This record gives sequence, C-alpha cells and structure tokens, in this order.
Amino acid sequence: MARIELDSASVTAPGADGDLTILEPTTRTLTEQRIGVIGANGSGKSTLVRLLNGLVSPSTGRVLVDGLDVARQGAAVRRRVGFCFTDPAAQLVMPTCVEDVELSLRRSVRDAGERRRRALEVLDRYGLAAQADLSVHSLSGGQRQLLALAGVLATGPSVLIADEPTTLLDLANTRRVADVLFGLEQQLVLVTHDLELVRRCERVLVVERARVRYDGPADAAVADYLSTVPG
Amino acid sequence: MNPAYLFGVYQPGTTVLHRAWVGAKVGALAVFSLAVVLVRSMPASFGFLAIAVLAAAVARVDLRLLVRSLRPVLVVAVIFAALQWLLYGPVKAAETLVDLLALALAAIVVSSTTPVNAMLDALIRWIRPLRRVGVDPERVALTVGLAIQALPGTVALAIETRDAARARGVRHPRAFLSPFVIRVVARAHETGDALHARGIGDD
Repeated sequence: MARIELDSASVTAPGADGDLTILEPTTRTLTEQRIGVIGANGSGKSTLVRLLNGLVSPSTGRVLVDGLDVARQGAAVRRRVGFCFTDPAAQLVMPTCVEDVELSLRRSVRDAGERRRRALEVLDRYGLAAQADLSVHSLSGGQRQLLALAGVLATGPSVLIADEPTTLLDLANTRRVADVLFGLEQQLVLVTHDLELVRRCERVLVVERARVRYDGPADAAVADYLSTVPG
Repeated sequence: MNPAYLFGVYQPGTTVLHRAWVGAKVGALAVFSLAVVLVRSMPASFGFLAIAVLAAAVARVDLRLLVRSLRPVLVVAVIFAALQWLLYGPVKAAETLVDLLALALAAIVVSSTTPVNAMLDALIRWIRPLRRVGVDPERVALTVGLAIQALPGTVALAIETRDAARARGVRHPRAFLSPFVIRVVARAHETGDALHARGIGDD
C-alpha cells in the first residue's frame, strides 16, 4: 500500500473577517487499504482528501505520498493518486464512453490503435463494453459513475480517492459502484455519508468543524459520528 | 432532448467516410462551408443540401440520430428564415433555411464518422510546428475538444435551470440567467478539477 502522510497540513482561505480555517493542522499517516472519511456537510472532508492529490494545496505543513511532496511534485503524485468526484457529469468530457477512457490513456499510450484496444479492455473490466460507443449522456447515473471510475482507474493509480461517489445513486447502483470500489487492489480513500458502506473500511476518520475528531476502527468511528448528530 | 445529439456522436462504421483521412474530411467540410456561405443562389443551395444528404447516405448516418440532431438546428434555422423573410422576402428566407440545414448536416456527417480523439490527434499533428514558438499542441487540441464537448453539457444545464425556474413558477429572465451563469462557471471549475485530477495537462 502507498504511504500517505499529512504533516501539520492545514488549509485556510481568505474571508471577509480574516482567514477562514477550512482544515486545522492535521498530522496523520495512512497506510491501510480501505480508509473511510465521514462527517457533516461542510466539515472539511472533501478538503482533506483533495490535499492528497494536489487539488488543494496546504496553507501550512505538507502532504507526502510515498515520499513525494504533493505541492512540489504534483504531476508525479497524480500518476499515483486517482480521484473520483461525486458528480460524474463534470468528469466525462468526451462524447462516447470509449473516447473518454482513451482521453485518460493519451499520456501513457501514444499509438491510437493500441489506445483504443486498452480503453475497450478497461470498459469490459467494469461491465461497460456494450456501452463503448454510446454517448456518455445516454448512460444511467450508475453507468456514468462506473465510467468515471473506469476513466480514473485506466491510468493505473496505486491510490483511489472517491469523494461521495454514491451520493447521487439509487440503492442498486450504490451497491454496484461499492462492489467495484471494494473489489479494487488499490488503496481506497472513501468520503461518504453512507454509514453502511464506511463500515467496510479498516480505518475511518471522522471530520467535524475543520478537524479530525476521531480516527480508528469503522464501528467505533460510526458510533462517534452518530453521537455528534442531534436528535 | 438529449443534448448529446446536438452535434452528432461518433457512430462506428466501415463506410468510405469512416475510413477517410481526418484531414480530408475536415478540409472538405471547411471548403463546403465556405462554398455554402459564398455562393448565393437558390439552385446552388438545394445542390449543397443534396450533396450533404448524399454524404449522410454514404456514411449511413443513423436516421434517428440525424433527426434528433437536426431538430434544434431546424428551430434556429426557421427563426433566422423568418427574419430573412421580413427583411428580404421569401426567396432569401428559403435560401437561408436550406443553407443552414446543409451546413448542419455536413457537420453531423463529419462528427458521426470521426472519433473526437482522431480529430485531436490530427489537430496535434497540424499545429506541432508551432511548438517552436512555445505552443503546446496537446493542450491546444484538448482545449478545442473540450470547447466542442462543453456545448451539449451547457445546453443540458440550461434546460435543467429553465425547468427549475418553471417549477417555481418564475418566468423572469433573471431567474433563469443568474443561476445558469453560476452553474456554468461551477461546472467549468469542476471539469477543470476533474482533468487536473486525471493528470491531464500535467505534462
């Protein structure tokens, strides 16, 4: 597994009355294969995981992935760390499924024929072979999220960060996407509001008001999170 | 309406147009478009439309795709033709209508017989000499491809925003335009983040 290190990493943003703290200084080392992140909306979960592949730069401290500094060696880190977003519509930028996966492979596979063959293999792996030449707009929500995952996984990352990948999906598609995520060999960092899903993780971080308030086994983390929810 | 059909989507096939060199198709489309715009006569307009229909037949473009793609174009063409009728009379109006349909049809034929990635590869080859003056061909091609592909997504956002305004019983244009602009900018940021996360543009 990759070794993800947050060393006093914090994130602030300018506000009307001075700097706003989005994430307080956080020090953690993540080496488990399945890591969950839970917490209320606006608590800082997404900021925390966006630090891990350089979508957000730390205001103080540093973030390392296998010893590579995310802020200084961003391109090398992004080759190791894939990121899947909540809304696949923003990620799918090519007209057909196979072309979208090909886009991910452009950097690593120069030959167009070989690129197409590899893209079709990737689609087949995630059950989307029959949709290869369909418009990305004609897919169901679940298929779109699987395609977004396929596009990210095509680049062969050793870590996958998934930021609420099942939030927009129905139960059947949530299970389908979850089975893909938890069947991966890669290290998974999963941000979710689905407490059943997060119980499948080995380690869970509970984020509340810009800080990690609990870090431990899934069942205890879920209990801790529930204790913070009123009612 | 599925916005993906606005500009046609690549349909795999083995016709002569599918196998044709990308540069030849794009060049022919450019020459055809110039001819349609520059040659002003009713018989010529119908001639251009006939050429476009023939090309669609040769490419075996799916009829349903064709109808779906042409429907929004037809709406715009009818509006323009109506304006032309008011300003210049019925002959000019009919010519405008037929010209716009011919142009749209030709564009759909090219997009439905050419994968976007093949177009990007061709564009990269064409602008590679500009690397000497600091132009990054990969980045330029990606930008062009994204600009084209952003249009259907933007139309989808417009439809969603219009429906949301209607659902609240609001008819004022501001109730549509403000959230629409905000959503388009937000979507652009999200897409930028997604490309960044996929490492596209890093090299």
